[in-house]
Amino acid sequence: MSSNQAILEMVDIEKHFGAVIALAGVSIAVYPGECHCLLGDNGAGKSTFIKTMSGVHKPTKGKMLVGGKEVVFQSPRDAMEAGIATVYQDLAMIPLMSVTRNFWMGREPTVGVWPFKSLDFKMANEVTMTEMAKMGINLREPNQAVGTLSGGERQTVAIARAVYFGAKVLILDEPTSALGVRQTSNVLATIDKVRKSGIGVVFITHNVRHALAVGDRFTVLNRGRTLGTALKGEIQADELQDLMAGGRELADLSASLGGTI
Amino acid sequence: MSTSPASSPPTTAPDERIAKVSLLKSLLQRPEVGAIVGLIAIVLFFAIYADSRMFSLAGLMNFMQPAAQLGILAVAAALLMVGGEFDLSIGSMIAFAGIALGIPLVLWGWPLGVSILFAFAVSIVFGAMNGFIVLRSGLPSFIVTLAFLFILRGLTLVGLKVATGTTQLRGIPEAAGDSWLMQVFSGNAFEGLFSWLAKMGWIETFQNGTPKVQGIPVEIIWFVLLALAASWLLNKTRFGNWIFAAGGDPNAARNVGVPVARVKIILFIFTAMAATLVATITVLQFGTADASRGLLKEFHAIIAAVIGGCLLTGGYGSAIGALIGAVIFGMVQIGITYTNINQDWFQVFMGAILLIAVLLNNWVRRKAMSSR
Repeated sequence: MSSNQAILEMVDIEKHFGAVIALAGVSIAVYPGECHCLLGDNGAGKSTFIKTMSGVHKPTKGKMLVGGKEVVFQSPRDAMEAGIATVYQDLAMIPLMSVTRNFWMGREPTVGVWPFKSLDFKMANEVTMTEMAKMGINLREPNQAVGTLSGGERQTVAIARAVYFGAKVLILDEPTSALGVRQTSNVLATIDKVRKSGIGVVFITHNVRHALAVGDRFTVLNRGRTLGTALKGEIQADELQDLMAGGRELADLSASLGGTI
Repeated sequence: MSTSPASSPPTTAPDERIAKVSLLKSLLQRPEVGAIVGLIAIVLFFAIYADSRMFSLAGLMNFMQPAAQLGILAVAAALLMVGGEFDLSIGSMIAFAGIALGIPLVLWGWPLGVSILFAFAVSIVFGAMNGFIVLRSGLPSFIVTLAFLFILRGLTLVGLKVATGTTQLRGIPEAAGDSWLMQVFSGNAFEGLFSWLAKMGWIETFQNGTPKVQGIPVEIIWFVLLALAASWLLNKTRFGNWIFAAGGDPNAARNVGVPVARVKIILFIFTAMAATLVATITVLQFGTADASRGLLKEFHAIIAAVIGGCLLTGGYGSAIGALIGAVIFGMVQIGITYTNINQDWFQVFMGAILLIAVLLNNWVRRKAMSSR
């Protein structure tokens, strides 16, 4: 898999906010059909990094390549058009609106001629049901409000939406952090399905076990820096944990707590 | 939200854990449900306590006429509320648009059609101004439009005093003359049909044979057409989805490319235009433009929209609900005169109905949104 050309490369990305150096030279490469886990503790720079990838922030230094060509994103729109879709923690879902209405929000299909153009609910509902079924979720009905779905199911709607609208790179911002055990495994299974369809997934998490469950590559961010990328099988859970914490203290703490962290 | 047509069955086998939604629950998901229950309760109340003439054809027109004038505003206010904003200036806009129509017509000698167009143009400017200030400043629309409530009312008074020296402008019918537009904005529709029905003896007539109800007041036609069009727009079109999205979560909507600012400004313009439509109808009906016209109508319109199921927080509501809310309003207002109850109780009733409607809607929504 790794012999493929990278879809998205971030090279020596630096981001300064005034005197604060949030990112001090971070490089990663995302390959099609792979899940790239980005690990880091709170404040490590994960959010800044994904916001740079998705066009919210412009890097202070460094370059971005999409499909081998250098790009500069002026806005999230540009990133979306280049096929980089981001599913944020707050999900961009509206709880009181139906699954179909949320799925198509901003890209609603219409039928008829102006001024009698109306939403093509038949097609929209069918596609929503099919795309959700592909992700392993059978909706009761496409008209049910997103607010009635569980957290994992909402994540899946957001992921299915991004995939359907042609994402080549899917960035998931801590998709499992607020979920229970069962829902977490559903989301991890969804990530696996997305990866198998040839999309490059960037999975942000601070949970080592979730990362190891689906990851092909692992990059640990610590205080705005990275120590390189490890391939699956090259690295163990406790090593990742150490790198995230940035030292031996956590390992000592872990030992005294009986290895429960 | 459940107004879209039923979908085709999913392509995969249904999940055995998912119970079929009961018809009742899917009905309860409709925002209008509270208003429909309320309407039935009010009709029953008046059927028992009011004179039976209330539900004759003449009685029906009696309460539908004020309901229609309010309803035109309520439908527009409902769309704006679903879009997440308020407009408290629509009552004052009725008076202001009234003089924007009356002064060119009577004092400047403009033709009726041009004067009406001028009034609508003025309302578009002020509607857009409301919208721009709200969106540019990020202030709550409540405050911005509250300011315009006073500004527009004051401008109307100043304008009338300067133009006529009084608070009323007369001479509208003389200046308007015989324009066909009088038929569109005032009087009755279907008069031929009603006199035919009278001749056939199917509706009540006076002793000389003219029907007691000569036709349907045009504002009722405007009201129903507007409510149907607004409902279609809200539930069946892309713009409608954007209204829900803009009111439900403007940030989420912006993130997926919904032009939130444009949607909201268009809605502000739409409410101002609805106020101008009511202004045109009342100016031609009474033959005057008056500085006190439309007083408190902004609150009545919001009450009707809320009774109709609109959430104060935006993102949820219905134009048909607002229609029913306005009918309830008109029914209570006029219906009291058919009972032995003193009319002074009207405001007490409306306040109580508003409170019950909000509590009911709140409860229904929680039921509908509960996870399976």
